[in-house]
Amino acid sequence: MTDHTTKAYDQDIAILKSQLAEMGGFAEEQLAHAIQALSKRDIVLADQVIANDQKLDELERQIEEKAIRTIARRQPMASDLREIMVAIRISSDIERIGDLAKNTAKRAHAISEALPRKLATGLSRMGTMAQAQLTQVLDAYARRDDEKGLAVWRADEDLDSLYNSIFRELLTYMMEDPRNISMCTHLLFGAKNLERIGDHTTNIAENIHFLVHGKPIIEDRPKNDITAMMRPSDE
Amino acid sequence: MDHQTSSLVTPAAPRIMAERPVRISARDVNIYYGEKHAIKNLSINIPDKAVSAFIGPSGCGKSTFLRAVNRMNDTIVGCRVTGDIQMDGKNINSREVDVVELRSHVGMVFQKPNPFPKSIYENVAYGPRIHGLASNKADLDVIVESSLKKAGLFEEVKDRMQQSGTGLSGGQQQRLCIARAIAVNPSVILMDEPCSALDPIATARIEELIDELRQNYCIIIVTHSMQQAARVSQLTAFFHLGTLVEFGDTDEMFTAPQDKRTQDYITGRFG
Repeated sequence: MTDHTTKAYDQDIAILKSQLAEMGGFAEEQLAHAIQALSKRDIVLADQVIANDQKLDELERQIEEKAIRTIARRQPMASDLREIMVAIRISSDIERIGDLAKNTAKRAHAISEALPRKLATGLSRMGTMAQAQLTQVLDAYARRDDEKGLAVWRADEDLDSLYNSIFRELLTYMMEDPRNISMCTHLLFGAKNLERIGDHTTNIAENIHFLVHGKPIIEDRPKNDITAMMRPSDE
Repeated sequence: MDHQTSSLVTPAAPRIMAERPVRISARDVNIYYGEKHAIKNLSINIPDKAVSAFIGPSGCGKSTFLRAVNRMNDTIVGCRVTGDIQMDGKNINSREVDVVELRSHVGMVFQKPNPFPKSIYENVAYGPRIHGLASNKADLDVIVESSLKKAGLFEEVKDRMQQSGTGLSGGQQQRLCIARAIAVNPSVILMDEPCSALDPIATARIEELIDELRQNYCIIIVTHSMQQAARVSQLTAFFHLGTLVEFGDTDEMFTAPQDKRTQDYITGRFG
């Protein structure tokens, strides 16, 4: 896009974008560490994730401040206005992703025994998928690539499916032996966190679409999380 | 976040046009100043009981078109208007139309407040008197008072009606000019940068007044302040190089304009 007549305005927007890129990159790192901490029961790494979450909160605060100042000073219109609104919204989604990563890392403390192999594989697949969704959607934002954003938006269905099967498996383990309940509950929360992270990536994709086109996505997002209706007797 | 963004969507056509009758309709209008082609093939429907803002860089033709609506261009030597401008279904350029009569239906407020060098009362009474709208002094008093009230000025001047209009502050003078314009009971009010000589508080009072007046009038305002257009208007027209580039709901024009030129202009990226 052409530059603003006022160069400082371009700079305000550029700073906002780079702050968001930094925040996104850091959230990716946090998520990767959280998944590693949970699957390997690495308590040191888990504590590091928990402590670092503050930095994401701080970055969100900085983005919000920059956005508000830019609105006050420049009275942005049209694409600039969308740019700033979307930066605020995306930063809040990333902050939530950080919280969910932190919560996932916390669960590492509670899991003492080694995970049954099948569960560990399922969770790590879910983790990889959530990470990929996050990476893709941040990339789509940086490139203003609506198609790529939409691909993430649609692919969330797969993450939901995986979550359903993990949910089912965990239910089975719990029924087999009540001593598994404690560990499985923590794993269930961990999986739910990853599923929620997927939902936040779809929010980001919706914002990219709005940023590019100035209107919301009209079609309904495919959703596949059916765990709300599941009962043990369904097994 | 499913439909959080729905308040910022862009419909295909101005929504507001569907809700209000058209007051002014221009078809294929071209305006020339000698050789200079100032307005090119302009067609537009302007609704009643709404504020339409004309924006665009200097020399884009917005004021030229505004002046064509009450035939102010008639007085400019070498100015030629072709095409069809209708008000309430009547061609304003046809021979049967009496231009004095036309201007009593189309009031105008200018950039600099220009009260007559007469009393406050006379400033407002002048129009109704020459158009024969009042049969006696009592009627005229009623018109003057109600016009000043509509313009939000009455309370400030009721005790000094015989003092000169030019002794008022800039914002008061502009409101006096608005009172003068509405005293002849027009259906259209044209405003050519009515706040550019006023401070922010006087500007806010005029904008508040415009918002009240739009309940009863078709208002067209030319402004260089995009923020003002965004604040006061329901429809915005963007002019560039004599062409009407885009005309749409103000809410959409300032969040998601359709045309790249509009986008560049309102975001401060022009040229």
